[in-house]
Amino acid sequence: MDTGALGKIYEDGEIIVRQGDVGDCMFVIQEGEVDILCDDNGKEIHIAVRHAGDFIGEMAIFDRDVRSATVRARGQVRILTVDKKNFMSRIHEDPSLAFRIVETMSYRLRELQAEYTKVIENQ
Amino acid sequence: MVDSAMQLSDGSRIGVVGGGPAGSFFSILVLDLARRMGLDLNVDIYEPRNYNTPGPPGCNMCGGIISETLVQNLAAEGIPLPPTVVQRGIDSYNLHMDVGSVLIETPLQEKRIGAVYRGPGPRDIKEIKWGSFDGHLLKLAQERGAHIIQERVTSINRQDGRPQVEIRKGEPQTYDLLTVATGVNAATKRILDDLEIEYELPDTTKTHIREFFMGEQAITETLGTSMHVFLLDIPRLEFAAIIPKGDYVSLCLLGDEIDKELIDEFLAAPEVRQCFPADWDFEKFSCQCSPRINTKGASQPFADRIVFVGDIGVTRLYKDGIGAAYRTAKAAASTVVFQGISAEDFKKHFLPVCKKIESDNSIGKLMFVVTEQIQSRRFARKAVLHMTEREQTKAGEERKMSTVLWDMFTGSAPYREIFIRTLKPSFWLRLVGELSRAIFSRT
Repeated sequence: MDTGALGKIYEDGEIIVRQGDVGDCMFVIQEGEVDILCDDNGKEIHIAVRHAGDFIGEMAIFDRDVRSATVRARGQVRILTVDKKNFMSRIHEDPSLAFRIVETMSYRLRELQAEYTKVIENQ
Repeated sequence: MVDSAMQLSDGSRIGVVGGGPAGSFFSILVLDLARRMGLDLNVDIYEPRNYNTPGPPGCNMCGGIISETLVQNLAAEGIPLPPTVVQRGIDSYNLHMDVGSVLIETPLQEKRIGAVYRGPGPRDIKEIKWGSFDGHLLKLAQERGAHIIQERVTSINRQDGRPQVEIRKGEPQTYDLLTVATGVNAATKRILDDLEIEYELPDTTKTHIREFFMGEQAITETLGTSMHVFLLDIPRLEFAAIIPKGDYVSLCLLGDEIDKELIDEFLAAPEVRQCFPADWDFEKFSCQCSPRINTKGASQPFADRIVFVGDIGVTRLYKDGIGAAYRTAKAAASTVVFQGISAEDFKKHFLPVCKKIESDNSIGKLMFVVTEQIQSRRFARKAVLHMTEREQTKAGEERKMSTVLWDMFTGSAPYREIFIRTLKPSFWLRLVGELSRAIFSRT
């Protein structure tokens, strides 16, 4: 039944997004998991794992900065690309389309806040 | 001042007549938006069909293409399109003309178009391997809290100003809001007779869809992951496509009142025959239907407490009907949750989306007239073919004719946007060059 699998397949370890690259799209994981990694002066820091249904690279939709992290396939993963142009013109017509992304960003901000508090407490 | 009687509140009842994509999208989206606003709504969907039954009883008669844009929008909405429902992911188009064929690939080389069956499959299906698209959406609506009533609506009238739905078995039900999503192939006019509203049905034309069993392996080998589209010099034929599904292939013909003569002429064309295995018997089809599609949207697709979404309201000309169902359903859902349910609310917040689709269709009509001119002139067909062929080795931005054709055939972009792209001097420079070459080479 794989004939109907939408998106693109990435094999284990394949880079989907590279930190520092210019991005004009975001991604939605259809199947599988990915690692979110950050490069800190040559040292690879593991930030998070994202699962099926999660958005990745969504910051590129709203800002003009380069990709803030690298996304790497954790096993075989199937990913759908959402173009910035299409998405922004839809949001223009229907702002509520951005609700889920705002929700995701808000959740991730909470995660970050909790992580930051933990680091401060351990110091 | 806001009239609170014309706004939904906790416990408000919504009736949805029709559980096809428009009705299900509306139900999913209205329940999602209401949840975000902390609003508790009761949604009943009236759908007599059983989407687990193969053939006409479980089918909503459609080519079954989920456009690139819709696939992305649904991903952003959190509406999944799993491979258990999508029968084949499409990543390219094969354009066939008498002067040759050309493969147009998506620049991302990613499968972002879905080929589905609205029901579980054609009449003679032996094993149901994929689920119905309409059934999938209806299930998602049910999971979000909608209540499915498997009954045919016999009449809609008003009770104390509120819409009332009558069915054969059961008590009439009164709703705060009624969403009509019956499509254009149901006897909607009859059930609306008792309702005094200004709504007028859309104008329609007849299309033709025919299903052939080929088997998964054979389809992969012959048609692959491409939709095959045709620009043939056949009068009254606007658009023709062969869509590979799971085990079956759908043939779709759109144009002016498609009839047997036109179908036979199309099937006899060598460009069509070359897409099928040698000695293919075109008379051995599994199922066929001639559904009607909109050529002009309904006038006044709303009234106090009533809104029409999907084909029964306004849809896109020839393409992306499911995408238009999503757009009108979303506009209606946003209006009723954030604004209100009066005719004035719909006029202010829902109608602009319908008008935008309708005005885009006017440009689409113009573009199809131009396409007809190309179809009927061999040198023009040659020019289009050569321009597209030459572009395939170039970067995305440079593929001017390819992206125009891609968006025309897939319905991925509004006709207005495609039209503006054709006005660019660089597009015309190349086209005029190819036209001159084609004219010169025929003399």
